[in-house]
Amino acid sequence: MMLEIKDLHASINGKEILKGINLTVNPGEIHALMGQNGAGKSTLSNVLVGNPAYEVTSGSVTFNGKDLLAMKPEERAHEGLFLSFQQPVEIPGVSMVNFMRAAINAKRQYHGLEPMSAGDFLKMMREKRKIVELDSKLANRSVNEGFSGGEKKRNEIFQMAMLEPTLSILDETDSGLDVDALRIVAEGFNKLRTPETSALVITHYQRLLDYLKPDIVHVLLGGRIVKTGGPELALEIENKGFDWIKAELED
Amino acid sequence: MNSEQQYIDLFRQCRTMIDSHSAPVLNALREQAFQDFLQQGFPTQKVERYKYTDVPAAFAPDYGVNLNRLDIPVNPYEVFKCDVPNLSTSLYFMVNDAFYSKIQPAVALPEGMIVCSLHEAAQQYPELVARYYGKQARTGKDALNALNTMLAQDGLFVYVPRGVVAERTLQIVNILRSDVDLMVNRRVLIVLEDNAEARILFCDHAADDRSFLTTQIAEVYVGNNARLQLYELEETHVKNKRFGNLYVDQQADSNVSLNTITLHNGLTRNRSEVTLSGERAETNLYGCVIADKQQHVDHNTLIDHRVSHCTSNQLYKYVLDDQAVGAFAGRILVRENAQHTVSNERNANLCATKEARMYAQPMLEIYADDVKCSHGSTVGQLNEQALFYMQQRGISREEAQMLLRFAFAGEVIDCIAIDALRDRLHHLVEKRFRGELSRCSGCKICK
Repeated sequence: MMLEIKDLHASINGKEILKGINLTVNPGEIHALMGQNGAGKSTLSNVLVGNPAYEVTSGSVTFNGKDLLAMKPEERAHEGLFLSFQQPVEIPGVSMVNFMRAAINAKRQYHGLEPMSAGDFLKMMREKRKIVELDSKLANRSVNEGFSGGEKKRNEIFQMAMLEPTLSILDETDSGLDVDALRIVAEGFNKLRTPETSALVITHYQRLLDYLKPDIVHVLLGGRIVKTGGPELALEIENKGFDWIKAELED
Repeated sequence: MNSEQQYIDLFRQCRTMIDSHSAPVLNALREQAFQDFLQQGFPTQKVERYKYTDVPAAFAPDYGVNLNRLDIPVNPYEVFKCDVPNLSTSLYFMVNDAFYSKIQPAVALPEGMIVCSLHEAAQQYPELVARYYGKQARTGKDALNALNTMLAQDGLFVYVPRGVVAERTLQIVNILRSDVDLMVNRRVLIVLEDNAEARILFCDHAADDRSFLTTQIAEVYVGNNARLQLYELEETHVKNKRFGNLYVDQQADSNVSLNTITLHNGLTRNRSEVTLSGERAETNLYGCVIADKQQHVDHNTLIDHRVSHCTSNQLYKYVLDDQAVGAFAGRILVRENAQHTVSNERNANLCATKEARMYAQPMLEIYADDVKCSHGSTVGQLNEQALFYMQQRGISREEAQMLLRFAFAGEVIDCIAIDALRDRLHHLVEKRFRGELSRCSGCKICK
């Protein structure tokens, strides 16, 4: 298995959000994580990538056999973990080129490789940009600065293409996207899939899942995974909402 | 306690010696300057303009002063290796307050243009120098002007006649060189007549591990439709104290940009006073400060909008680490008849540690009723969200902090109009943040 979460509890500002998450992701699998606002979906993704604002109070997470929670955020990235942010951060003054070069070379150094030559790097930028139809001008601008909502999300997938993670977390990457941008983002993601790469997709909507075709769908409620099923579960939620699941739980 | 006394005694005792090694144009102002100094004394921190720097303390130690004009042996071409590759400049050196005239640049200056020692200029062109010398840096209104005018014997003179365009950037390297602790009183006089153009780059370096105290008074006259870019780069060391008063007087349709970059220093106080005397003149002031340890950098500006339709713009950014202290007090004065003034002032500061201190005081005084002005200041820390975003992409926290600081300072460096200088400064700033620029990079001794 690639990712194994056992009885994970986490809180923010002293308030417990995750109340015992258990989840296993195997190589090649796509898991969808659904649930209403406040259920703990984004908290789970933030905890996995090591956002210091969140505190893990108990439980364990292993990633490819290693203790994920003991690693710094950047080490988790080097080990192959990637988060497509719900709200990508603008970084004025840091160009996309410098940002990506720093990221790629840090990863290469971690794995004992030489820094990439400027020529190879720019060639790689050009190729990966095409996957999400990102304008060459955007690549020369500051990170996310002045990008539209759709451009920011495409930029997330572009960075994913550059960094080639083994486990990607898509945190509402579809939110606020128009029809074309959603297609570009989803198709871009699919182009990057391999039998070894997995993903955890957080979404409220079936439309993204139509493109990504998850293997397993989980429903998160009150900080716990309360229901797990196949792709048909997402369709059912799309049609009936979450109330029937709550009712089931109460019975 | 009485820091003034040693300067008063010095002046009284050495008056004849000072005069005998100086030109009549400079000597003519000494007595009045002395009287003004006696009357004012050093400004304490109770004086608004000097609120953030302790002047009496800086002037209290006993420094040597080279009033007898002893030749200090140095070959600047050996001491200084140009730090800005691909920038072909007309390179000149000032050793302490003296113009180094033994070697002159190979490329001739345009017809009529003068770059020389102020002492020499005051002898050869006394009328020209007298027309401008001491006219802006009035001794009655600032004790440092008075002290400098009392003691100054030499400095730099740049004259660009009407319509002359200096294609090559003038690079003036100020080298502080001494075997004992030294006080330097330097004068700079820059005159651009109507339609003239010039770019001047000053680089301050200290070549000896001594304490230096420099007062520099620069007076700049920019004629109608003349254009001047002025760059001041300080890369000295922690034992250096610099007090620089810069006065710029701009006539109609002129354009001036001033970039002051402090990469390494001890204590620096720069006063920049720009008077917009002619309509449609534009002035741009940029400052970039990178300070750590106990370094102290104080910028004090005044933009005096005296007539209508002028534009001014100020951007000052500070990155303060360790226990560094920064101060920015920027005053924009829009006088009653300065209608249609456009003036912006922005000061942004990063305090990287809890001990670093920034004093920010943007000031805007408007007496006209049809103007567009803004002023503002921010003091903050690095953006945690941005740091985490970068870490998630695999960039270490330390490297992410570096990139953010570099980006922050980079905004000011981007305002430099000379490509080669801008590229070089981006590089120097990066080196500075990485701690690889331990003192200054241009001097042999520092390597």
